Amino acid sequence: MNWTAVGAIYRFEMARFFRTLLQSFISPVISTSLYFVVFGAAIGSRIQEVEGVSYGAFIVPGLVMLSVITQAISNASFGIYFPKFIGTIYELLSAPINFLEIVAGYVGAAATKALFIGIVILATAALFVPLRIEHPFAMLAFLVLTCLSFALLGFILGIWAKNFEQLQLVPLLVVTPLIFLGGSFYSISMLPGIWQKIALLNPVVYLISGFRWSFYGLADVPVGVSLIAIAAFTGICLAVIWWIFRTGWRIRS
Amino acid sequence: MAAMVQIRDARKVYAGGFEALKGVTLDIEEGEILALLGPNGAGKTTLISCICGISQPTSGSITVGGHDVVTEYRGARSLVGLVPQEVNLEPFEKVWNTVRFTRGVFGRPRDDAHLEDILRRLSLWEKRDAKINELSGGMKRRVLIAKALSHDPSVLFLDEPTAGVDVELRRDMWRIVEDLKASGVTIILTTHYIEEAEAIADRVGVISGGRLLLVEEKAALMTRMGRKELRIDLQEPIGAVPERLSEFDLTLEDEGHTLVYSYDTSAERTGIARLMTEMSEAGLVLRDVRTSQNSLEDIFVGLVHEGDAA
Repeated sequence: MNWTAVGAIYRFEMARFFRTLLQSFISPVISTSLYFVVFGAAIGSRIQEVEGVSYGAFIVPGLVMLSVITQAISNASFGIYFPKFIGTIYELLSAPINFLEIVAGYVGAAATKALFIGIVILATAALFVPLRIEHPFAMLAFLVLTCLSFALLGFILGIWAKNFEQLQLVPLLVVTPLIFLGGSFYSISMLPGIWQKIALLNPVVYLISGFRWSFYGLADVPVGVSLIAIAAFTGICLAVIWWIFRTGWRIRS
Repeated sequence: MAAMVQIRDARKVYAGGFEALKGVTLDIEEGEILALLGPNGAGKTTLISCICGISQPTSGSITVGGHDVVTEYRGARSLVGLVPQEVNLEPFEKVWNTVRFTRGVFGRPRDDAHLEDILRRLSLWEKRDAKINELSGGMKRRVLIAKALSHDPSVLFLDEPTAGVDVELRRDMWRIVEDLKASGVTIILTTHYIEEAEAIADRVGVISGGRLLLVEEKAALMTRMGRKELRIDLQEPIGAVPERLSEFDLTLEDEGHTLVYSYDTSAERTGIARLMTEMSEAGLVLRDVRTSQNSLEDIFVGLVHEGDAA
């Protein structure tokens, strides 16, 4: 591995993040606060506790996942799409680095940004509701794995996209619905019969369930299954990236 | 010693079936300036892309410094710097950061003194904290060169470095290229400005339709193919070329005021002395004599047309 090159890409990407630190910081804080105002105070007061946890606290893991997944995808996809769009990709292609190093630099930076935002949201949430984290290491592990795997997915989307519309397409039409329907704001057990089974087809259910377990010990699916699910998802993303690397698909003619 | 860049029967067929390179073989020697001339779409950029790793040749082999560009790409690419044709730069980055980024991506350790030296040589030092989008077009070109030089390449590719830049900057660019050559860098530049090749190249290659039509020392090329014209202004106009001068194949121009003699500079005898004698015997009085040499441009146009006809 050419770590100097990985570091150069990572620092370059992080510099972009720090340049816009205020936006990066403020927007998740505001949107999280809005969710708490609406779901926590306005609606939450009318909703009974979910399995012993107040509704405001119950939605925290889902809210964190929602932002982390969205941010990981958009940062990574934009990070690699932008050089393609403005043409600076020539530099990466002519540099003595392999695709794995390019991925490590971009995905590493995107995952770091997403992680940072996840922590900011957790801190903001702590101002509104009493947070309890029963399994802090598992919580961190789920958070890091989610950041990484969705940054990988974002990277793939960024390579795939031929224009800015396509860059928004998958997050908007696929990822966001999956997160909303994946139990961010409710427990799968609240769904009527058949929908509980259908919901299990949604991969995000496993992530949110595992993540919520690390907070409150509550899970829709066993935590082991959650871990396997996220590992499998990361594996699939890595396999796709390996294939892109082998074939030069959409990057090297 | 083997050539710095060795290209053997390189072919490139794009996914759409377009054959951009039809078997190019070329040796580029260490320390020389090679100009690749060719019309738009000739395959110049494709050839450079294949050497630099942006495209992969469909068949054939390319080595840089003895490293195969496909199987030993790390060794090959770390020797190469590329100044692309398009001004591709991150608009919101600072000059200093983008140059430092390139050095890092090429795996070289941080060396601020070296980067400062490059920026000073390119008159960019004052602009190091400026954002790219605040720079003029010429300055952006310099940034591209600074990036390409940031990792001390032994071989520098300049893909149409002076396309669309003003005369002053073009001369500046030539001076920079001369400096680089003096420091031992091998330089390959593509251009369709013949003037440019004529001004700075050691050797000239002509590429058209994906084929390398010719590579030759610039001076040798110009002598071999260069024809000179001798224009003789006469004191009194004449109606026709006198009979005794017919062997010289003269043409009459300017309403009989000028005789034009075309000759080969590399021929054993140019025939000028004899022409002069014959003319004075014929009673023609000279007013002025001028000679002009064919430019590389004429040679180039001739070659490309021959290539098209073949």
